[in-house]
Amino acid sequence: MTKKITLPITDEAIKELKAGDSVLLSGTIITGRDAAHKRLFELIEKGEPLPVNVKGEIIYYVGPAPAKPGYAVGPAGPTSSYRMDKFTPALLDLGMKGMIGKGARSQAVIDSIVKNKAVYFAAVGGAAALIAKSIKKEEILCYEDLGTEAVRRYTIEDFPCIVAIDSAGNNVYAR
Amino acid sequence: MKIREIDAAQITATVKKLFMDCNYFIGQDILRSLESALEIEDSPVAKSVLGMIIENDSIAAREEIPLCQDTGMAVLFVEYGDRVCVTNGSFEDAVQQGVREAYDEGYLRKSVVSDPVFDRVNTRDNTPAIIHTKIVSGNTIKITAGGKGFGSENMSAIKMLTPAYGEQGVKQFILDTVRAAGPNPCPPVVVGVGIGGTFERAAQLAKKATFRAIDTHNADPRYAAMEDELLTEINKMGFGPAGLGGKTTALGVNIETSPTHIAGMPVAVNICCHAARHASATI
Repeated sequence: MTKKITLPITDEAIKELKAGDSVLLSGTIITGRDAAHKRLFELIEKGEPLPVNVKGEIIYYVGPAPAKPGYAVGPAGPTSSYRMDKFTPALLDLGMKGMIGKGARSQAVIDSIVKNKAVYFAAVGGAAALIAKSIKKEEILCYEDLGTEAVRRYTIEDFPCIVAIDSAGNNVYAR
Repeated sequence: MKIREIDAAQITATVKKLFMDCNYFIGQDILRSLESALEIEDSPVAKSVLGMIIENDSIAAREEIPLCQDTGMAVLFVEYGDRVCVTNGSFEDAVQQGVREAYDEGYLRKSVVSDPVFDRVNTRDNTPAIIHTKIVSGNTIKITAGGKGFGSENMSAIKMLTPAYGEQGVKQFILDTVRAAGPNPCPPVVVGVGIGGTFERAAQLAKKATFRAIDTHNADPRYAAMEDELLTEINKMGFGPAGLGGKTTALGVNIETSPTHIAGMPVAVNICCHAARHASATI
């Protein structure tokens, strides 16, 4: 059965999600991948404020293709999450509640998900044209100079994903 | 054979079309394989993921938009006839211009940075492309082009095996590489293998193998049997579509080989996601 989740996600909703659950997310999320994570992490290390408030947010690891005229966004599927592993615990410690990406995470990230009562969702890699249909609006929040890697806010409706690591640390990739 | 003149503009137009086409239209070999996989999978998650991938590929083709946001680093294998003379420009510039125009006008993502370690500044037009050129006899230019995504490229590996490893050692290294990649390279994957040659030749052959249709086999029956055996073994690993579990971790294993040195047996494994994009044209 598919669960419908409205964002911002609540702690109660996170607690009910179990690894393997199919979910449809609606609301707003932020985006960020390699270069943006590196910049945010450097600011956190220096104790400086971030240009985007991550508290309560879910971050989607994506670098979209350009939108063709008439489209809200270009194709926008998930990128591999493990490249963000080094930076993720610091963002979760700031109150970020979840991530959407694809593929396995490090033990340090799994531990941080449990500690911060967060959740990691997997979207289907390589289904970018299909996934883009559930993204209704985009706005650049910061790091516009990074082009596809800029931090955006997406308004999503029934965005399809699967709970990959739940708040108890259960992991669909463990085999 | 007389020298044939080919205008640089024709090369640019051909390269442009190849990169746009391969990013919008997945090959029939991949589609057929995804559809057979959908029939053999039991788990609802594996079925649902395969269904999404097939639907995605059909949306991309219908709307002429990229099927994956990672439209890749542009890679070309060129067979350049020695009786060809390019006019009104150089071959290299004509190819790079074709890549530039495809990625700009075709709404493809620009994913190339100028310097790997220090600057990492986006070149904003997806150039430079990687061009592998082989001079052949004749008066035509054959171009095979593909956009190579890096989620799977990053999961690739090369090892300088020595002759004592034999067939078992080769198979073991290939299986170990696919297992280590696990759920990360967007399975079901296409596994390109290059065996023999030198360090760089093995890697180049592995890339070339990912550009071969998956409903073909190596011409040597021994390697063809190895392709089938490896595919069966990989699909027992259980990673499945999107790495969420299932019987389809790979759609195909393609092996290409080359003569090598008496002391060596290099093996390169280039992993490609299910969006195995490539297209060819002869000018």
